Amino acid sequence: MIRLENLTKLYGSFVAVDDISLHVPRGVLYGCLGPNGAGKTTTLRMIAGILRPTQGRVLLGGDDVHINPLSAKMRLGFIPDRPFVYDKLTGAEFLRFVAGLYGQEGDSVERRIAELLEVFELTSWKDELVEAYSHGMRQKLIISSALIHRPECIVVDEPMVGLDPKAARLLKDIFRQFVERGGTVLMSTHTLEVAEAMCDQIAIVQHGKIVAAGTVSDVRRQHQAGDASLEELFLKLTGGAQVRELVEVLGR
Amino acid sequence: MKQPSLAHVLQPKWRTALQRLREERASGGTGKLVILAIVGGLFWAGVFGVLYKILKSLRAVEELGPLIPGKILGLILLSFISILVLSNVITALSSFFLAKDLDLLVSAPVDWLRLYLAKLGETLLHSSWMVALMAVPILAAYGVVFKGGVLFALYAIIAIVPMLILPAVLGSAVTLVLVNIFPARRTRDLLSIIALGAAGGVILLFRVIRPEQLARPEGFRNLLDFVILLRGPTSPFLPSEWASQAIMGFLRHELDPFPLVLLWTTAAAFVTLGAVLHRALYAQGFTKAQEGAERFIRGGWWRWTVGSLLGWLPVAKREFVLKDIKLFFRDTTQWSQLILLAVLIVVYLFNIQALPLHRGEPVGFFYVNLVSFLNLGLAGFVLASIAARFIFPAVSLEGRQMWLLRSSPLDLRALLWSKYWVGTVPLLVLGLILTGLTNALLEVTPFMMIMSLATMTGLTLAISALALTFGTLYPQFETENAAQIPTSFGGLVFMMATIALLAGVIVSLWQAVYQYVRAVYEGRPVVIDAWMFLWFGVAAALCTAATIVPLRMARRKMETFEF
Repeated sequence: MIRLENLTKLYGSFVAVDDISLHVPRGVLYGCLGPNGAGKTTTLRMIAGILRPTQGRVLLGGDDVHINPLSAKMRLGFIPDRPFVYDKLTGAEFLRFVAGLYGQEGDSVERRIAELLEVFELTSWKDELVEAYSHGMRQKLIISSALIHRPECIVVDEPMVGLDPKAARLLKDIFRQFVERGGTVLMSTHTLEVAEAMCDQIAIVQHGKIVAAGTVSDVRRQHQAGDASLEELFLKLTGGAQVRELVEVLGR
Repeated sequence: MKQPSLAHVLQPKWRTALQRLREERASGGTGKLVILAIVGGLFWAGVFGVLYKILKSLRAVEELGPLIPGKILGLILLSFISILVLSNVITALSSFFLAKDLDLLVSAPVDWLRLYLAKLGETLLHSSWMVALMAVPILAAYGVVFKGGVLFALYAIIAIVPMLILPAVLGSAVTLVLVNIFPARRTRDLLSIIALGAAGGVILLFRVIRPEQLARPEGFRNLLDFVILLRGPTSPFLPSEWASQAIMGFLRHELDPFPLVLLWTTAAAFVTLGAVLHRALYAQGFTKAQEGAERFIRGGWWRWTVGSLLGWLPVAKREFVLKDIKLFFRDTTQWSQLILLAVLIVVYLFNIQALPLHRGEPVGFFYVNLVSFLNLGLAGFVLASIAARFIFPAVSLEGRQMWLLRSSPLDLRALLWSKYWVGTVPLLVLGLILTGLTNALLEVTPFMMIMSLATMTGLTLAISALALTFGTLYPQFETENAAQIPTSFGGLVFMMATIALLAGVIVSLWQAVYQYVRAVYEGRPVVIDAWMFLWFGVAAALCTAATIVPLRMARRKMETFEF
């Protein structure tokens, strides 16, 4: 379970996240949508304990991330949008290192590493330095590292960026199975088809605030959008006029 | 197609530098600037003062006149040029082959000459700025002592600039050739060769020049032999000698344009040849550098050795230490600095060994102990420079991966603990070897040996803690090259804090050591009394405080990091 209570983040006078409250129960795949700079990544990084909120709190399975960080983080797997990993470690070494951070070692970890590398088709690359990996391979490695300690919640920022269609499909299946077994996934994405196909519930974020939340049908109903597609709904809520202007400029 | 100007190609670099300055100013950087100016000014004044005194007294020796100062300048410039060649080779590797902007520049329609000149300029600037700054007080001392006047400043610049260009071209060319010879990013092998070359070069340099001769004029049969040595050029084919001749000629008012012409024409010829070589070999070398990195890595070796040794540690700490060691030895920009370290130690021990000390008792005893004691400060300073290179950047280097560490349940104390001991253990071994060997060379008494080793242990623990803490207080998360991190403002503050600690510990210990040396010198029995205990206690307390307080500060700062 992930719960955000009045979460606010200020950078100087700039309000990046503005009093967001959200509850993602167990067994739900929740999508966070919004235009660039809306505050999605900042929110996810506060959930992962990387940024400290200016106000409000984050609870992971009942533990406050900033008051009780170690037990809260044991429940979490975080997948960032930019796959920065240690270039000079091999894939297997990196996964072993991450398992160690969660206090895990021994044969069970080795088996888990082999299993994850196999699933993401990285087995033949396991003894190569990460610097030789492509963007997509790094992304797969980071996803593996987030799963290595069998977390209860996964927080993922733009999961599909850089993945080939096969890996993207695989990830969708993994997330779906994860929530069916009682896990919680909160993901941010720009890919509206992905959100529509995968998410049980969504929140649309604009200027650091949630402007709509619920199932896609709920959001349609709330905003009297009839049977509009998620894309139309998204553009309506986040300023579609700008898109039309852009199309005109490019069409000249 | 009209080619972009060189300034345009370099635009991202200077714009970034300007923006950094603006950001510094906006975030209250004026205070930093003032501190930098004061420390820099004090350092310059110190170097200037010492050299001024030496030159003044040497100039007064009638028979030798400006001969010895000329020789000293030649040696200084020669050491500059050897440092420059080495640092240019290492810098050229990143600026010509590994820098992030290369993909953009190589894929853009920028011609080879502009690319060469831009990257050569970048290499020159990064590897020479420190040497150039160091040259300022030295040349100023020469100018003042020999009454060179205002024009001397301009003349010195004209003489020194080609001396900076030549090693940059040479270093870049050596790197270019090596990258072409060695297959696909085998930088490890490449730098091993540079390491061997550098160590050999330094030893050869000392054997050829024998600088210790200058300190022992009594070793010559007569004054004439000594004067002949002084008059002869140290190394007639080296640009440092030409620059020294040009400068001393101006100062002696015997203006001879030949050395200057030689310097500039050689520099121009070198740039031309460097450009030709670049045109012929760069494309192939760049491609090779981009090809897959070292492929299969057998990480098992570290696991069986260091991993087994650390078996008693909790898994998170053990994995962290292992990770840090692997990253260090696989990152060329980090471990290649060990070459500079090896050269530094060779020179250090060579200097101690060359000291004319054991010539007669009892003066010898006093000086041996004095040198052994002062050596503590010097060795401490060497350790501080090494800590600045290797421990200071430790936290900054985690920058891009901090998302992983902060989102995992890793206790920040464990992180700090690992970083501290990974840096401290090798530093301590080095410190003890350096002190032990120096004391053995000086043949000191067991009292001095034990006191030195104990002090070095305390100092090393404190220096590591200070380096890690200042690296945490002034992190450089966005840097491309680990070697550039210590030259930041935080690095300077760390060095200042360490010098203050060294001064405090040395002054405290001196109270006790002086009593010991005096007792032995006067033939009295040595009594270790309350006074000695008090000062040993003060030194120990200083080291303990300088270890514990900074580490606590580092932890608090780390908790506030945001990414």
